[in-house]
Amino acid sequence: MDVLEEGKGELLAWHDPDEHRNWILENKSRSLEDKRMGLKEAVDKFVQDDNYIAMGGFGHIRVSMASIYEMIRQRKQNLIMAGKTAVHDIDILIASGCVNRVEVAYSFGHELRGLSPASRRAVEEGTVKVLAEISNAGFQWRFKAAAMGLPFIPTRVMLGTDTFKYSSAKVVKDPFSGKPICLLPACYPDVVFIHVHRCDKFGNCQIDGIMIEDFELARAARRLVVTTEEIIDEERIRNAPWRTVIPFYLVDAVVEVPYGSHPGNMPYLYYSDEEHMAEWLKLSRSPEGVKQYLENYVYGVKNFEEYLELIGGVKKLNYLKQVEQLRAPLKAPWAER
Amino acid sequence: MEKKVEYNTTELMACAASKILEDGKSVFVGTGLPIIASALAQKTHAPNLLIVFEAGGVGPRIPMLPISVGDSRTFYKAAMATSMDYIMSTAQLGYMDYGFLGAAQIDMYGNINTTVIGSHDRPKARLPGSGGANDGGSLCWKTIILMGQDTRRFVEKVDFLTTPGYLTGPGAREKVGLPAGTGPYRVVTQLGIMGFDDKSKRMKLLSVHPGVTLEQVRANTGFDLIIPEKVTVTKPPTEKELKILRTEIDPAGMVIGKS
Repeated sequence: MDVLEEGKGELLAWHDPDEHRNWILENKSRSLEDKRMGLKEAVDKFVQDDNYIAMGGFGHIRVSMASIYEMIRQRKQNLIMAGKTAVHDIDILIASGCVNRVEVAYSFGHELRGLSPASRRAVEEGTVKVLAEISNAGFQWRFKAAAMGLPFIPTRVMLGTDTFKYSSAKVVKDPFSGKPICLLPACYPDVVFIHVHRCDKFGNCQIDGIMIEDFELARAARRLVVTTEEIIDEERIRNAPWRTVIPFYLVDAVVEVPYGSHPGNMPYLYYSDEEHMAEWLKLSRSPEGVKQYLENYVYGVKNFEEYLELIGGVKKLNYLKQVEQLRAPLKAPWAER
Repeated sequence: MEKKVEYNTTELMACAASKILEDGKSVFVGTGLPIIASALAQKTHAPNLLIVFEAGGVGPRIPMLPISVGDSRTFYKAAMATSMDYIMSTAQLGYMDYGFLGAAQIDMYGNINTTVIGSHDRPKARLPGSGGANDGGSLCWKTIILMGQDTRRFVEKVDFLTTPGYLTGPGAREKVGLPAGTGPYRVVTQLGIMGFDDKSKRMKLLSVHPGVTLEQVRANTGFDLIIPEKVTVTKPPTEKELKILRTEIDPAGMVIGKS
């Protein structure tokens, strides 16, 4: 195949498929083992400085925020992050200095809430580097190629644009149609965190609602940490095996963290905490405000349980549950004029 | 005599965008104004409009305005809650009729920038990037762009070409391998509605909003916009449309409260 054009973005988290197969052979267990551990231990064990990390979920939805706060607490350094519609997660990882390089599909923004002052500042001042651009479909297809054990996947997005020029993709002449086609390289993140509704102690997971790109991401990951609202009995998994969306042999750690997606949304359980988001968006306008937020909500608490107390405890969590169930009106201070 | 109906620019844009959508077609939406326009179309002239969200929501009965493209409102009582691979693949297959996009900058061929202002490596302003815009703009049959219009946004050359319009003109999309027959269809701003000339693929004024002059449109466009002899006036929002917007779709005013 003739290569017609090459993106100049840095090729990140790619492995030769045989090298990756050998890594799987040596590092991933196929036996049914109890993988439960604490969040502190899981983050300490599986996140190394300089790793390429990716989070399951999307935007403020079903993201393992508890793991994000723990990475900041452990002051992880020089991480590269997949900005695959990364919102609060990437914003605070950049603001706290944990992430200094990014591959961007969507970052530095909070969707309807506006842009992210802290992470934009970091990119504009040059303390955070954007190593490559990509699109949302492109990112999840990079994971899909990895999930299939392939070096790349052909797609019809990104063609003819600067998004392509700053990506790590290549355009070739498709040998079947004769038309140009974009080849996206596989992406095997070093560590992935996925927050799920429930799983057993071995890591067989059930998710309610949209999967987003977690089918692909779970298989693309080298190390996969599952945080879960609830650990359930193995029999419940086996009584409905068609509901298992991530099987145990992909999973390296199982961590029970109720409300682990806060301040984000966990479909059917609790809505996003827009009062907390408004506080962050206001504070993060200045470096002093960022420091105050991190001191208060991350460094100043021992763990995620203490954080949940700080953001309003049971009363706040019940309110978010009611908003999710459309039984209470949404309070969104950032929307007030 | 008709009663004078008060509305703001955002409401006008939502109503204008909603009228573009046809019943029985599909629309690939993001948050904010696109979902408001689509929900309005569904509640007025297009009850069988299929609304699809890139994160996996298919045909939801949206109970309130979602804040995120993936939040639980985007698949509330939906026909299907699936994955991004599924949605993007069906877009690549040709199932998505309309796609909505926003933009920080646009040029005469409808090429869009949502990545950086200034240079990529030392940006004056860093914006979120493509998100699903490049995908929607590449794969949907017809894309509709909603944005503000002034000379900083309607520019001769975009600082970064995030999402493809007609690139350099007729045939350019097909030449680079994009799906044939796709491309930008309408641009809705606070001043009017633009389309694209069939032959040259250049942006062309179709209608001005009530009270807007051609001179205002020219003064707020940084490139040579085709202004045909016949330019109509956009139909203003009706009381019924405004009531649906304000009481059913965005009662908190999260989007339409901002003009």
